[in-house]
Amino acid sequence: MSTRLEEFSDMEFDVLKEISNIGAGNATTAISTMLGIKVNMEVPVIKFLEFKELAESIGGAENIVTGILFGLEMDIDGMMMFVMDCKSAQRMIANILHVDEAEGTEFSEMGLSVLQELGNIIAGSYLSAISSLTHLSIAPTVPYLSVDMAGAILSVPAIQFGTVSDKALLIRSEFGDEATSVDGYFILVPTLEAFEKIFTSLGL
Amino acid sequence: MGNMVKVGMADMNICKAPDAITTLGLGSCIGVVLYDIRTKICGMVHVMLPDSTAIKMNDNPAKFADTGIRDMLKMLEKQGVPKSALKAKMAGGAQMFAVKSDNDMLRVGQRNAEAVRKVLQGYGIKLMAEDCGANYGRTIEFYPETQELYIKSIGKELKII
Repeated sequence: MSTRLEEFSDMEFDVLKEISNIGAGNATTAISTMLGIKVNMEVPVIKFLEFKELAESIGGAENIVTGILFGLEMDIDGMMMFVMDCKSAQRMIANILHVDEAEGTEFSEMGLSVLQELGNIIAGSYLSAISSLTHLSIAPTVPYLSVDMAGAILSVPAIQFGTVSDKALLIRSEFGDEATSVDGYFILVPTLEAFEKIFTSLGL
Repeated sequence: MGNMVKVGMADMNICKAPDAITTLGLGSCIGVVLYDIRTKICGMVHVMLPDSTAIKMNDNPAKFADTGIRDMLKMLEKQGVPKSALKAKMAGGAQMFAVKSDNDMLRVGQRNAEAVRKVLQGYGIKLMAEDCGANYGRTIEFYPETQELYIKSIGKELKII
């Protein structure tokens, strides 16, 4: 077993991608079902990025985004994060609450609570996909929400990645219909021990 | 007006007045500026983690407080700026999410700030000002001409230290 992400074999890396892919797909479907919109889901784009490039890929370090963070518990330690640009977040809130889409980066109390609940659903469906694939028990903590500059939000998973790698794994998922398109990013950061468990459970 | 030199996450660079140096969207990371008033040369390093000896994955010196500041001193020395001429300012180290957890990783902002203070002290470099902690992101710009550190945050007034 390698002691760092860069040393993962192609096989291990593919497994990691596939797991992330399945999780993201499941979560995307859950959101679309909740929004009651026809889903045109793009194939998630998975990138292994240097820290320097991470924020740039989400519209720049100063782009204001909403980040929903979970700790992972039980068999897998680590964290996962779902990041959306503010416009996508406002659009989803408006859609769920049947109100007009708010402008800018201000969120109502109700809006924030909708986002938090969305976070719960996303984490649940994402992790249950991984759970059933690996037969590992994974539970998310309650979701934590923050609206701020992309660089600042992403520093949290980046730092976690930083302990095992000089790069971070980013999964971009785009979904929705033409009127309600939403851009979302998933970032899954298991600890190195957790990676090991995932690989072992899959017989690698 | 000079150019604005950019420093990314886990990255470092130096500049000389009238140029200025910036790093965007600091969260739990820390932007450390070392500057020399006489030559108006300064360096900035964007550190993510407190201690390079605590973990195995440490190929990038700029990622850590200890090795980042060490290498920044080397870079400045090559420009003819001795350690004794340097002063420091820093910002960042926020806790972006209000996590109620004893997980060390999630309180890394605070630990980063402590580590930077300790490393600077070890080199005998005086920390002139800092803006650390709280729960919001910061974009910082340093102007070696005036030795001012500009701190910009969402929905907050510009702060200069």
